[in-house]
Amino acid sequence: MFPDLGKYADVVLSAYAVTATIMAVIVLVTLVRGKRVRSNLRELEIKQEENG
Amino acid sequence: MKFSSLWEFSNPTKFISLSERVLPSLWILAGGSLFVGLIWGFFLTPDDYRQGSTVKIIYLHVPAALMAINCWLMMLVASLIWIIRRHHVSALAARAAAPVGIAMTIIALVTGALWGQPMWGAWWAWEPRLTSFLILFLFYLGYVALWEAIENTDVAADLTAFLCLVGSVFALLSRYAALFWSQGLHQGATLSLDKEENIADVFYFPLLVCIAGFVFLCIALILYRTGTEIRLRQTSALLARQGGEHVS
Repeated sequence: MFPDLGKYADVVLSAYAVTATIMAVIVLVTLVRGKRVRSNLRELEIKQEENG
Repeated sequence: MKFSSLWEFSNPTKFISLSERVLPSLWILAGGSLFVGLIWGFFLTPDDYRQGSTVKIIYLHVPAALMAINCWLMMLVASLIWIIRRHHVSALAARAAAPVGIAMTIIALVTGALWGQPMWGAWWAWEPRLTSFLILFLFYLGYVALWEAIENTDVAADLTAFLCLVGSVFALLSRYAALFWSQGLHQGATLSLDKEENIADVFYFPLLVCIAGFVFLCIALILYRTGTEIRLRQTSALLARQGGEHVS
């Protein structure tokens, strides 16, 4: 099932590996930072409501 | 939706509510298109008669290069809206798009080099398209650095907007350099509205699906990151009201 990539197997697989890594990093960093900022804001808003 | 009602989304609350409504669909479309496009391209297409299996790099390189340029053009539009209409959401959207553009530019540069070594005999060539693309990458880095370097967000938005205008020359150059500088190594456009110039259908259709996947992924990332930038600003404003520290 896996295609025979011949003598270019290393460059083709490297291209896919680099792309997958970079995409995973940008998606994860985006989601983790977004979650952290969202929870910080929520905490602050709760604190503000408590203080009136 | 009337065109004028688009400006409603310059309201941060409306923007966040819209993006939260469309984001789940965008993530699914991005994941689905990338999965189908990359499986189709990698496993189910033949080797090219001259390039061999390196033709499979096209499914990564072309969409990433397209999005690297289009992210900058999106930043240009958002920057112009900031300069003309002073909508904060547009400045924050431009800021949010830059790291996505950087990721796409790195993918395009690395996959291009990996393809170039066996095909051209060189990882890199100082030819018009590659050089203008590298300069675009440096502009991306400069743009992000400028945002980070200036504490006052309005001043940062002004300066980065003008940097974006200047960098747009290289975004357009990297798109069209291969067409009007014939001495370059880089071949002409892979995709064209003129059917005669396009690659063979067996490569063309999976490539279209991959491009759709990259487009959906970039839009989802930019919308999500813009929401994060808006919340960061709201956090800073709340802290300032309470006499607290600045958040970045």
